[in-house]
Amino acid sequence: MPIFREKDYLRVDLDREPDESLWMKCKSCGELVFKRRVRENNNICPSCGEYFFLTSIERIGLLIDEGSFEDITLPIVADDPLEFSDRKTYPERVEETQRKTGLGDAILIGRGTIEGFPIVIGVMDFRFIGGSMGSVVGEQICHGIETAIEAECPFVLVSSSGGARLQEGLFSLLQMAKTAAVRARLAGAGLPFISVMTYPTSGGVQASIASLGDVIIAERGALIGFAGRRVIQNAMSQELPEDFQSDAFAFKHGAIDRVVGRDGMREELSSLLGFFVEAR
Amino acid sequence: MSDERTLDLLEAKIEELRHLDAADGIDLSKEIEKLETKLEELRVELYANLTDWERVKLARHPKRPYALDYIGAVFTDFYELHGDRIDSDDRSLVAGLARLDGRSVVVLGQQKGRSTEENKERFFGMTRPQGYRKALRAMRMAERFGFPVITLIDTPGAYPGLESEESNIGGAIAENLSAMSGLGVPIVAVVIGEGGSGGALAIGLADRVLMLENAVYTVISPESAAVILWKDKERMKEAAEALNLTAEHLHDLGLIDGVIPEPLGGAHKDFDQTAAALRDAITGQLAELAKLKPAKLLEERYERYRTVGRYRDASVSGE
Repeated sequence: MPIFREKDYLRVDLDREPDESLWMKCKSCGELVFKRRVRENNNICPSCGEYFFLTSIERIGLLIDEGSFEDITLPIVADDPLEFSDRKTYPERVEETQRKTGLGDAILIGRGTIEGFPIVIGVMDFRFIGGSMGSVVGEQICHGIETAIEAECPFVLVSSSGGARLQEGLFSLLQMAKTAAVRARLAGAGLPFISVMTYPTSGGVQASIASLGDVIIAERGALIGFAGRRVIQNAMSQELPEDFQSDAFAFKHGAIDRVVGRDGMREELSSLLGFFVEAR
Repeated sequence: MSDERTLDLLEAKIEELRHLDAADGIDLSKEIEKLETKLEELRVELYANLTDWERVKLARHPKRPYALDYIGAVFTDFYELHGDRIDSDDRSLVAGLARLDGRSVVVLGQQKGRSTEENKERFFGMTRPQGYRKALRAMRMAERFGFPVITLIDTPGAYPGLESEESNIGGAIAENLSAMSGLGVPIVAVVIGEGGSGGALAIGLADRVLMLENAVYTVISPESAAVILWKDKERMKEAAEALNLTAEHLHDLGLIDGVIPEPLGGAHKDFDQTAAALRDAITGQLAELAKLKPAKLLEERYERYRTVGRYRDASVSGE
């Protein structure tokens, strides 16, 4: 069992109000809403329907059958191969984020069932350095895929990532190649890979593993794209449409199969899995 | 590199003296020799201890040889192929058949323009989805006929624009990674100038990855890293150091297989010498790879990428 786990505020447990303040202001509609109601509503604003972030654990609670989840995240943590330091050293940044989130790195891997269908799932967590993919995230994804191959079950990846982790330099870039290579083995084993893109799925993650799903489903409100809006505006001084890199944009241009609301995602995955495998 | 101009001036002066020497029958050979020694000393002083940022500038030097220069010198009978068979021909990435030692190969290269006019066509070597898809179809053909694939990487990055995103640039890069991880022929990739992030990796997944001595390969440009990580666009020198983006650093980190030497001052100072070194390096690697049976080749490539990454075991820590 991995070490970074038992942190109060990460529990999906709704019996206890984990935050100090009871109210929050929705950044979309400006309405003051009761936090507990937001949480009970899958982190969707009860007033305007805006989606707030889900932590990886909340996402697992949303998608995986109760009591079926087994955490198989490898007990590994980031190294610092470049001895990288920007405004903070990389190890400081990692440790601080581990303390704040209770996570080892930006992804959890587990086994479980979705409405009875056994799967291996990887869920990224944006709070951990923007969900960025460095050596640990790359290795965890490969571990997840290899576990799926061993168990002969589908692999599901829920992405929430700004892209490659800059602090590991080329090691991070090469995780794109690594995850793509391992993903090809899943295909070789005749097992499906369902990629779920949430807000945001961009950069090196969108340009590798997340785009290699047999089926790609976006959560409503997802941001999907390679280069960021600001990068493009700076480099090309180009006017970008309002819906640029939105779920609708990705759908219109054929980058994804479907857009699904958060509330319907579990059912969506279950009906999809039914085409590929049998329920337990 | 303001001193580079001084060196160029001195070089021009020597050339002038040589002309005088030949034309007027005055013996200037001693003077010429002296100046040449001086020039060499200055060159060593200037180039032997380049900072990483100076290497970035060399990798982007306007006189630096580009892919088509090397393709013309290293290979024979280059036969360019055009178009992605879907909607257009991206001129930032050239693809074609060629011969190396009389043997058919497929060559891919990212091509920057020398002039503004040419860059309108080549997009400064920034490849679009159409370019990656052209590369992919050329690689598929190589696989059908058992031709090795050689890729010459030189791009600031994939083309960052609306059109790119509309054609799913990320998906195109991902598809190339997927296909290259299982392509049943040897692949040798060489970073000849700028290896800009995913836009470079999209033709960079290979059995052997080499870099020219003054080439750089990085997850993000030092300028963007300065903005994102230091919140200060002027700090690209620090960012360049931190990213470990030079050939030497990446070789030390075990991420590339070899560094191809360049003449002092950069590849453009002696193109023939650089091209010859590049040719030797490519033929050497291909000869090694030719010894492997296809299954073994793929197995080794898989291992190479499966094992890439550095992390620590946390199960033993006390937390």
